[in-house]
Amino acid sequence: MAVAIDVVDISKQFRLYNEKHTSLKERVIHGGKMPFTPFWALKDVNVEISEGETFGILGRNGCGKSTLLKCVAGILKPTSGEIRVRGSLAAMLELGAGFQPDLSGRDNIFLNGSLLGLSHADIEKRFDAIVAFAELEDFIDNQVKFYSSGMYVRLGFAVAVNVEPDVLLVDEVLAVGDAAFQRKCLDHVKRFQKEGRTIVVVSHGTDTIRQNCNKAMVMNHGKVITIDEPGEAIRAYLADLLGVGTLDNSESGGIEGNVFAIGAVQAEHGGSGSRSHLYPGESLTITADLDSLAAVDNAIATIAIHDDRNELVFASDPDDPGCQMEIPLGGGMVRFYFPEVPLLDGTYSVSIGIRSRTQTAIFDWKDQVTQFEVANPGRATGRVRLPLDVSFRMRSVMHTGEVPAVAPIGGIPGAPVAEQIVS
Amino acid sequence: MSLSVDRPSAPGSDPVATIGGTTRFVPGQRHHQVTVVNGKVQLGQRLVDLWRNRDLLFLLIRTQLKVKYKDSVLGYVWSMLNPTLVLAIYYVVFKVISRNNQPYFAIWLFCGLLVWNLFNNSAMSATGVVVGNSHIVKKVAFPRELLALSTVGVSLVLFAIQVGVLVLALLIFGIVPAWSYLPLLPLALVALIVFTSALSIFLSAVNVYLRDTQHLTEVLLMAWFWGTPIVYAFGLISTELAKPRWHSLVWIKYVYLSNPVTPIAMAFQRAIYGKTQYTYHGAVTHILPVWGVGTFALLLTLDLAVSVGLFLGALVVFGRLEGNFAEEL
Repeated sequence: MAVAIDVVDISKQFRLYNEKHTSLKERVIHGGKMPFTPFWALKDVNVEISEGETFGILGRNGCGKSTLLKCVAGILKPTSGEIRVRGSLAAMLELGAGFQPDLSGRDNIFLNGSLLGLSHADIEKRFDAIVAFAELEDFIDNQVKFYSSGMYVRLGFAVAVNVEPDVLLVDEVLAVGDAAFQRKCLDHVKRFQKEGRTIVVVSHGTDTIRQNCNKAMVMNHGKVITIDEPGEAIRAYLADLLGVGTLDNSESGGIEGNVFAIGAVQAEHGGSGSRSHLYPGESLTITADLDSLAAVDNAIATIAIHDDRNELVFASDPDDPGCQMEIPLGGGMVRFYFPEVPLLDGTYSVSIGIRSRTQTAIFDWKDQVTQFEVANPGRATGRVRLPLDVSFRMRSVMHTGEVPAVAPIGGIPGAPVAEQIVS
Repeated sequence: MSLSVDRPSAPGSDPVATIGGTTRFVPGQRHHQVTVVNGKVQLGQRLVDLWRNRDLLFLLIRTQLKVKYKDSVLGYVWSMLNPTLVLAIYYVVFKVISRNNQPYFAIWLFCGLLVWNLFNNSAMSATGVVVGNSHIVKKVAFPRELLALSTVGVSLVLFAIQVGVLVLALLIFGIVPAWSYLPLLPLALVALIVFTSALSIFLSAVNVYLRDTQHLTEVLLMAWFWGTPIVYAFGLISTELAKPRWHSLVWIKYVYLSNPVTPIAMAFQRAIYGKTQYTYHGAVTHILPVWGVGTFALLLTLDLAVSVGLFLGALVVFGRLEGNFAEEL
């Protein structure tokens, strides 16, 4: 397959001026020299993007992904290297860039379309489609400055997608408008893909990349970290973003004067190899050291899991008899075992508590003492990987009233089993 | 900055050779064409690109015109009213107060101001045009020279309106232009447009890096105005320079005559005002040299040639500076 975008050894240096002298006086005073710190926004970047590919670029803020996109679009000049682009190109770096607030929507469609490279005749041909896409039929002759931000952005997107380029560059603009408009945008992107156009998407949203891309690249500090299948690339991106090399093993000192103290907490996954993350569906074991100054026979171990937005994903049932235990003097180790973790991508934190069954007293509670990461190699998105079985049956013509025996779908996620190991 | 477009080749083949550099992707560019982004500037490709994007140029001109008069009550009337008021001021100062005896002095003034307004308006607004449109420059790839050229276009539209006013004035006062000199005017206008474009492109780019340019331009244009025979007649200068005491300072004459706007303004005055001298109480005053059409044509052609050179030079400078616009703004 032909290469649509060939990025060869691209480097881009920015000059970070300590002080910017743009006036003549300052230039003269400083002898025309301005002190600056060189900053390499891109360093020896090499990428080949094939025709028809939907290519995602992931990276943290300031990793150089937008700079790369601007170089490909021709807005910035690379310091060294060369980029070859096959076919026509349109860049959507900012929706409605070049809109003139004092002009009507109609005039702005022509202006923006021309800036994106359409001729006057082309725009006239597509005008109705653009207005319909933006759903602005009633407001097209109003000045753009009176538009709501949603209308503004819709118009911008409508113009950009109607340019119909061979190569489309998109910079985190897919997340605009209401749900219905977003769906329309995605439909448009899907159509572009079907037509064999090349799309390059820059995004923080791993879901966007996973759902739409065939390939993804992760960048950090102006360098390419990896170019891989979206699943693997997202994993690398998350690892880079969180700076997590291994599962976190938090040390936590006990609370003095208390009867119980939860010590070191560890998380281990049941998967193979030295992976630091789980795949969905693998088992997870959390072990917590427990120091005890007294023997208690009615203790309950509880566990809660929060996601990275600090929303509760799961909290164990205190009435579950499996969670009740006797703890002898001196303590031991509490093990929480999840036979299967059906979670999808994300980093989850674990909180552990020991409390009394009969009284409401909490012996000890460690909030978010450790965390684990789940990385999904597949393309399912969302938060939970529900067990799923899809089947197809011919319609039974004769036997009316017969209830078709469909395999039950779904199952109850494995409840944690607390075991007590007496030391 | 340059992106270059190679020659269209048969589909399926893989073109590698590239020519020239362009600043953007061109509509209608076919699938098998390869665009190269690198650090080189190609003048030829730049010109081709400007031509290909003429639709955008017209649109930018329209936009500027619309925005310029959008909220004013009188709107486009201002484009006539403004020069007319300026004309009135000069007329009062020179005709009424300092008692200039030149007949139809207002028409004489109008001829020169017409030329000067086109040049001045464009150079002034071009200086800030790239900086003022930074939101576009930073986000969209297109030949940015178009921004500077659009200010020339706007000035040209205003020029046309003023020509209308002038024709009206000629009819009212019953002044007959020098018909044989009228064919010079298109040549003079083209030379003026090319020269103005060159300066506008240059200033718009330089101002991105050195914002003082804006203020400096104002002052320099003021000096330039008085160094051009618009309010006063060239005849006064040439009579003065012919005097023996200027023989040692003959270079002043050449400096004065090397002003590209001078022959253009004189061509307009010669063709429209139509007189080279006037008599007042028996005293003859020379206002314009008694050159034939050929001499004027030669001067204007020379002017045009120099302007084309400057225009190409300005494009090269612009291309050099353009690469870092998106960072500097």
